[in-house]
Amino acid sequence: MIAEIGHAALWLAAALAILQMVSGALVLRSPEGETSAFALYARPAAVVQAVLAVLAFLTLLHAFVVTDLSVKLVATNSHSMKPLIYKLTGTWGNHEGSMLLWVAVLALSGGLLAFAERRLPERTMSATLAVQGFVATGFYAFLLLSSNPFERLPVPAAEGIGLNPLLQDIGLAVHPPTLYVGYVGLSVAFSLAMGALITRQVNPNFAKVMRPWVLGAWVFLTFGITAGSYWAYYELGWGGWWFWDPVENASLMPWLAATALLHSVSVLAARDALRTWTIMLGVVAFSMSMLGTFLVRSGVITSVHAFAVDPERGTLLLVLLGLYIGGSLTIFALRAGSVAEGKRFTATSREGALVFNNVMLSAILAIVLLGTLYPVLTEAFDVRVSVGPPYFNPAGAIFAIPMFIVMAIGPMLRWKDDKIARVQPQLAVLGAIALLVVALVVFLGDYPLLPILGLALAAALAVAAILPLKGRKITRVPTATWGMVLAHFGVAVALFGMASESAFTQERLAAVGPGGVEEIGGWTVQLESVNPVSGPNWTAIEARISASRGGGEPVILTPQARNFWAPTQSTSESALLTRWDGQLYAVIGDAAGIGADGKQRWQLRVWWKPFVTFIWYGGLLIAFGGVLSIVGRLQVDLKRRKAARVGAERREDQAELAASGAPAPEPAE
Amino acid sequence: MTKTKAPMKAPMKAKHQRLGLVTFALIAIIAAGLIAVWALRNQANYFYLPEDIAATPPQVGQPVRLGGMVQAGSLETLPDGITVSFVVTGNEASSVPVRYSGILPDLFVEGSGVVAEGSLQTDGTFLATNLLAKHDENYVPKELEGLEGHAAQDKVAETTIGL
Repeated sequence: MIAEIGHAALWLAAALAILQMVSGALVLRSPEGETSAFALYARPAAVVQAVLAVLAFLTLLHAFVVTDLSVKLVATNSHSMKPLIYKLTGTWGNHEGSMLLWVAVLALSGGLLAFAERRLPERTMSATLAVQGFVATGFYAFLLLSSNPFERLPVPAAEGIGLNPLLQDIGLAVHPPTLYVGYVGLSVAFSLAMGALITRQVNPNFAKVMRPWVLGAWVFLTFGITAGSYWAYYELGWGGWWFWDPVENASLMPWLAATALLHSVSVLAARDALRTWTIMLGVVAFSMSMLGTFLVRSGVITSVHAFAVDPERGTLLLVLLGLYIGGSLTIFALRAGSVAEGKRFTATSREGALVFNNVMLSAILAIVLLGTLYPVLTEAFDVRVSVGPPYFNPAGAIFAIPMFIVMAIGPMLRWKDDKIARVQPQLAVLGAIALLVVALVVFLGDYPLLPILGLALAAALAVAAILPLKGRKITRVPTATWGMVLAHFGVAVALFGMASESAFTQERLAAVGPGGVEEIGGWTVQLESVNPVSGPNWTAIEARISASRGGGEPVILTPQARNFWAPTQSTSESALLTRWDGQLYAVIGDAAGIGADGKQRWQLRVWWKPFVTFIWYGGLLIAFGGVLSIVGRLQVDLKRRKAARVGAERREDQAELAASGAPAPEPAE
Repeated sequence: MTKTKAPMKAPMKAKHQRLGLVTFALIAIIAAGLIAVWALRNQANYFYLPEDIAATPPQVGQPVRLGGMVQAGSLETLPDGITVSFVVTGNEASSVPVRYSGILPDLFVEGSGVVAEGSLQTDGTFLATNLLAKHDENYVPKELEGLEGHAAQDKVAETTIGL
């Protein structure tokens, strides 16, 4: 019964999305300046739709929690013996459930926008809600017609099939929902951009409304990607943190576009420049998140993430993708000419630097996009290829390196017009730091070019990130500026981690018997014993490894090779030892025969990864910088509103005084 | 501030600025596209079936992917305990010997599909740097779809489901 309520709520929500779209569009048909009768519907439709979509999601959550095996989705993806936390997270550990989560988040953010946003002109708001309704309608149709999560089985299953053990991890609770919020936040930014474009309201006011959505989406994307990267790092047991997997790229591409967008929307809000550019990036960012959804959910590519391969779904998604991207580009082409040019600036100004980096980000996006789509395209000609780090790393670096350099200089430049000569001393310092690092690393040993450059740029960037604080009173620096400083510093930290990991990682692979000792990166690793252990839905062999460094106290690590029985699958649970300067990463493999001493040997793989954790610390810093930036904007906004209210009250008082005939008080200034 | 300093370079005319911006963006994107196409031709990891390796072998040392079924009875651990050797077979009689040092992926068993990343050596063996097997019951490397022996594997998956 509860599943049927969810199903009905979803249909109702779909109907409301259509109402929202139609009424929003009808408002636009009424002549400008007149209040249309339809203006009444769009906002409530969005809000009620949000409630219904969330209700639908909660009913599915309920079905998973109680393991209602008459629901097909639960029977194929859950198991009654699974720990509760994975029953909960398992709700979105499958195609239908994750699409429902996506739609629920979409409806929720649409509802929030409709409920809370009062700054935009009513016509712009109506157009925005119409576009939002259009996007939502497509997804409701997709969900209800081809991926109904509430489908019942004719006969309830005796037991569920279970959840992929790789997904039975706390990472599933964090990674997909945050990424979805990010994707969907971009859809709101897109709707706002379209609304402003349709009603010719592309101006700083609109940018101020759009900015928190872009920033928020970007924060969630950053966090989601960081969490996903760490999850893959410790769960997959390959010791890598980024694989250039098509699905990883699918989340990286919207992030790149959103990064460009958030900088350009800030320029539009602060300086009234880059109007068309901002709109274009809004379209690109949303298109990328749609393309990501298509790639992941259509089965075009295979990956751990691709749950189901169903040609019907792929076709439907492709149609949606075409509608959204084609439609928005058409509107863009029709209206872009009517957007008045904003304020001008020279090449050597902060705007100039921002534009340069926007273009570099777009170029990196193009590199990643082509690399991701290439295998799909060649497949059409029956040539099977795979594209990996040998392509992405150097091709991306060609544009990333100039971007990092300009990123170091940009924040020091003044708005509108500046001269490089003014910041020459700082540039000399940064250049010297970079050269020093290069010299040091080359002196230390023979390392590949890209990591060396990465280390040098990271050092220079870290210093450059805090330079904007120079000569300012620390207590008076606005919160939003702290956000920028922190985010840029975070990029330096993450870059340092990546470069250090790829330059200095040491790996040891050996077959060792109990008591066997291996040396790696200054660590002494001893395999003490290998024992069988068991968990709620798995059995495993567990290695006891003691690791010590420089004669210090040994620490016990316990990597496992697990065998799950629902579904039958084995995974390796890596063991990590975190120190401030890196991580020791240990994986236990299969039995490796009998050694020379007659003891059973086991495969043991150990890595020492210097400063690898800085990658994720950096990611968190970047996200936190984004949060500070939002907080800072809100503070300013609230202050302004308060000032406006106080000002209005004062004017009222004065008007009353004037009316009562008393002399107006002299202004204090 | 009593003196307003005239900028040395007057900002460009609005139209010129927009034109300049668009040109710069276009040049950068086209450059990115050209670099991508050039690099993809050189760096893409081509996929080979055992019969492809027999017919048109890739250059020695060139990174490629080899996909096929692990021949039953061919999996052998070398005395060092960490290197395994096995034979990958395709649809036809052709087969390629493979060597791999490392921990075997989960679900890597004889008679199942595998994609090996690596390169062909002068002695005709394929030195794998990475092995991709199925991640779970539902996931099969796309390259392996339609291979002989796949059906048997599906049957195993079907019969074990729900156990």
